[in-house]
Amino acid sequence: MHNLNPISPLGNTELTSKEFGPYTISEVTAYSLASYSLRKGSEKDAKKKLEQFIGSSLPDVMNSNFGEISSFWIGPSQWLIEAPIKIHEDLASELSEVSMGKASVTEQTDAWCRFDLKGSELGTPLSLLCNVDVPSFKGGEVTRCQMDHLGCFLICRDIKNITILGPRSGAESLYHAIIAALKAVV
Amino acid sequence: MTQKNRLKGGLINRNNTRKFEFNGQSMQGFEGDTLASALLANDIRLVGRSFKYHRPRGMLSAGSEEPNALVELRTGNRKEPNSRATTTELYDGLVANPQNCWPSLNFDFLGVNDLLAPFLTAGFYYKTFMWPSVFWEKVYEPVIRRAAGLGSASLEPDPDCYDKGFLHADLLIIGAGPSGLVAALTAARSGVRVIIVDEDFVTGGRLNAENYILDEQPGSIWAKGITDELSDFDNVKVLTRTTIIGAFDHGIYGAVERVSDHLKTPVSGKPRQILWRIYTKQAILCSGATERSIVFENNDRPGIMLAGAVRNYVNRWAVTPSQNVAIFTNNNDGHQTARALLNKGVNVAAVIDTRGQKVKSPDYETFSNAVVSNTSGRRGLRSITIDHQDGTQQTLKCGALGVSGGWNPNIHISSHHRGRPIWKESIQSFIPDDNCPSGMLVAGSAKGFMELEDVIKSGSDAIKQALENLNVKLKSIDMPKVQGDAALDIEPFWMVKGTSRGWVDQQNDVTAKDIKLAKQENFTSVEHLKRYTTLGMATDQGKTANISGLAIMANLLGKPIPEVGTTIYRPPYTPTAIGAFAGRSRDENFRPVRKTPSHQWAEESGAVFVEVGMWMRAQWFPEKGETHWRQSVDREVLQTRKSVGVCDVTTLGKVDVQGKDAASFLNLIYCNGFAKLAVGKTRYGLMLREDGIAMDDGTAARLEENHFVVTTTTANAVSVYRHMEFVRQCLFPKMDVQLISTTEAWAQFAIAGPNSRNVIRKIVDEEYDISNEGFPFMACGQITVCGGLRARLFRISFSGELAYELAVPTRYGDSLMREIMKVGKEFDIVPYGTEALGVMRIEKGHAAGNELNGTTSALNLGMGRMVSKKKDSIGSVLSEREGLNAQDALKLVGFVPVKTDDPVPAGAHLMNTGSPVDAGHDQGYITSACFSPNLNCHIGIGFLKAGDTRIGEVVRLVSPLTGQDHNVKVVSAHFVDPEGERLRA
Repeated sequence: MHNLNPISPLGNTELTSKEFGPYTISEVTAYSLASYSLRKGSEKDAKKKLEQFIGSSLPDVMNSNFGEISSFWIGPSQWLIEAPIKIHEDLASELSEVSMGKASVTEQTDAWCRFDLKGSELGTPLSLLCNVDVPSFKGGEVTRCQMDHLGCFLICRDIKNITILGPRSGAESLYHAIIAALKAVV
Repeated sequence: MTQKNRLKGGLINRNNTRKFEFNGQSMQGFEGDTLASALLANDIRLVGRSFKYHRPRGMLSAGSEEPNALVELRTGNRKEPNSRATTTELYDGLVANPQNCWPSLNFDFLGVNDLLAPFLTAGFYYKTFMWPSVFWEKVYEPVIRRAAGLGSASLEPDPDCYDKGFLHADLLIIGAGPSGLVAALTAARSGVRVIIVDEDFVTGGRLNAENYILDEQPGSIWAKGITDELSDFDNVKVLTRTTIIGAFDHGIYGAVERVSDHLKTPVSGKPRQILWRIYTKQAILCSGATERSIVFENNDRPGIMLAGAVRNYVNRWAVTPSQNVAIFTNNNDGHQTARALLNKGVNVAAVIDTRGQKVKSPDYETFSNAVVSNTSGRRGLRSITIDHQDGTQQTLKCGALGVSGGWNPNIHISSHHRGRPIWKESIQSFIPDDNCPSGMLVAGSAKGFMELEDVIKSGSDAIKQALENLNVKLKSIDMPKVQGDAALDIEPFWMVKGTSRGWVDQQNDVTAKDIKLAKQENFTSVEHLKRYTTLGMATDQGKTANISGLAIMANLLGKPIPEVGTTIYRPPYTPTAIGAFAGRSRDENFRPVRKTPSHQWAEESGAVFVEVGMWMRAQWFPEKGETHWRQSVDREVLQTRKSVGVCDVTTLGKVDVQGKDAASFLNLIYCNGFAKLAVGKTRYGLMLREDGIAMDDGTAARLEENHFVVTTTTANAVSVYRHMEFVRQCLFPKMDVQLISTTEAWAQFAIAGPNSRNVIRKIVDEEYDISNEGFPFMACGQITVCGGLRARLFRISFSGELAYELAVPTRYGDSLMREIMKVGKEFDIVPYGTEALGVMRIEKGHAAGNELNGTTSALNLGMGRMVSKKKDSIGSVLSEREGLNAQDALKLVGFVPVKTDDPVPAGAHLMNTGSPVDAGHDQGYITSACFSPNLNCHIGIGFLKAGDTRIGEVVRLVSPLTGQDHNVKVVSAHFVDPEGERLRA
């Protein structure tokens, strides 16, 4: 076991969670992430292998599937896979093995900071943050957007629980922008 | 002061008193008042001074079209000049002051301008103040600017915050008057997502100003009922205090919501305003119409108002500008105002109607076929002069005059995509043509319907069309039964004959005489007329003036008005605070801050930071006793070259390139070869643009047969990734290549110096051989560190020393930095920042952003031979262009001063000794420079014509900007270890 200690994107060893009126914003680091892109000529096979590993079919454009291992569509023939970090710390290596060279896998766990925004009518604060039609969400949507000039993903786990993935280096600025939006609407 | 002019009734809450101050005087109004209505209630007609002539002015209108009643609202850093009293909601503690007057509103010294009017006609400044020419900037312009203009800014930072936001809808309804409300309710019941906006703080539009009865209840009550019902729908958003400022492409509308403007200060954390970007499939413009005046001599005195505005003040706010009001009209609307005044017990002195015997009332005197030819009263109207058809004149005393010259549909937003409005004879005004922004329909008075029944029907027709366009089944509503409206019955009448100083555009002090002058000087096109006279400019954008001005010009030209046409309507519809456009992106939040994984550690270590794009990077690490940055940087450089130093280089762009064609792909994007790069090896690569100019440089490490990691410069991380995606998706879509950025995913540290291997050895797990033989220069590998953490190791060097770059998952970056410093202690390891990094790369002669400056080729950089002739790559063909391969092409070389103490500043140009200093004799320029603690003098690298053949030559360094002119010697760009022995050690 190595002797290095991780810190969260916000620079903490303990995660923060704050409430603003009906909204809760929490920093989440409990999941590993890896991207899985199908290689040309073996798409069907690569897809099948991943589906077997995650135990569900891969989601279609702008969609997600949730389970112990979740998957989010992030581009043509490309998904982001999410799994509990305690069990799948090196998720990318696991997926590489699964794909047997038929997919390109890249570790993404530390590429992102993750903030989970919970509450009803999340479209209200998010309308001040990004150009996404959140009120039309029914649950399961995934989309790329910009928040505070940063390229982010919105993942709608359900309409009262939306994950914001932002670039890790900009975590403090993104968190500040989210808090500002929450304060503006409560 | 009592509210002398307050009447009975109105839509104000008399139980809620509002105290406010204007021009140092304390007054009271009620909840629901605007500043304008409260001032009128307190018998204040004089509110400000005009732009050019400093003439006394009061309220002309009751809405956002107001040209005159502009005040400096609030005080201190919240002071906002040019605020319209007519749209400013009254709040407790409001403070407003008149503007453009000195020393006081009642006695304005610059009122003398009015006496000088014959010399201050339109365009006078184009013809005068010409001599002597130097006086223009230093004397004339400052004096004119001081004399003219409106309010003054606080010159302090705005203490409030603004937000920007995004809304999405199927249907946007602009204006919550009768047509908008009917359309919105129909849409709501039909199930589409609707946003209805209104710039007012209550919905209803003109229904609040008139005495209409809808479904047997007052119009304002009917509007409130519909609004309440709309608010109950989940699919409807009602936004009051919100102005649509522009129609943009693809169904996007800009809107400003004034969230806190009606409060003394915004609630903590709340924005003052929100700039919304509204995305909609369909829009219905129900923006109503604006009344226009008639031009007659001295028609601008305080108390002379639009008749519809008088009616609005009387009915909605229960105030009258005076207890004795006359009306001047060319349509039936003026008579409605007379009846509204009489209903509230205000004396109607007379109605002067330009038409024949159209309306006769037993309740007030009507002068038909008559005009108002002049007025009197310096600071407020005292009397009017009436010219009768038989040539007789009479003077009539009155404290206010309501003028109605007809109504102009508010077509601005329908024309934001250059729609050209068309003339509608029956209302004597322009209406939208068929070239509205895509998806926009127009209804109500904005479409030229001036009777309530027609207005409501057009709203109903528009929503039917909109729902059909949306392919949604209509659920119709019952149309309200309407009482109380009358036909407009307008007869064109624009200007009283013989008028000279009759104001057309009151905000810009444009008179009928100015328009005549414009015509006389051949500025007859509407666009020229506008610019020559300033008609229609400034904060009101000529909402009450434009059509009248065009009509007068048409008359002068003997043309019909539609032939003269209108000027182009442009956003924003009403003045918009710059703060709203900036949103939260200001001060320290102007752009997000990106922090490196070792940021916390660097802060604790006292690093001085520098912005590099959005990144905050440690610039140097001062130690005790160091009082100048050079001391810190020199120490970091010397210690790194002597023993070992560590630097966070996470900011370099990192792109994961995978796929069966990954190597072929790199062969295309780099000008040098990559196909044969062995697994476990790294290679320096140069990327060219299509035109053969160098784009970026970096390294590509082959971790596996089909897996590379490409690094880019920090500055070009995004643009290179974008370029690579473009090549992958558009140029070579059949290639099996997958790209993904991993810049954020890995924390990467450069460990450089002769002892770097000793330090690395203590970090890298034992089973990995990092000896010079086992892990030679340019090797790379996937390893583990600190007892099992996966990591990547690259033996690459930017400093020219034996060096490694070590990467671990970012969350361990902070901890790894601390560990490196701990194990490096025995070697006196130093952290070094970007300054030392820069010094060492200049000493080594490595090109960076200053050299890859968008004008240089591989040849210029001394890398001409890197452009492989054995393969095709982006930019390789055009790099062969003759112009890029001239005999005397610029070449990257080094420079040292001939006199050791002389500086070598970046940006300085190079001349041959003895030659003139001009662009024609330019030999090149210095791109990067520093003080080298190793050479103990300033050094520089830069481009010199045929520089590679001029080593040893002395050239002249000239920097006219900094006054430097001395000789430098041309040397190799590699000041330190030119043979590269250290990095291979």
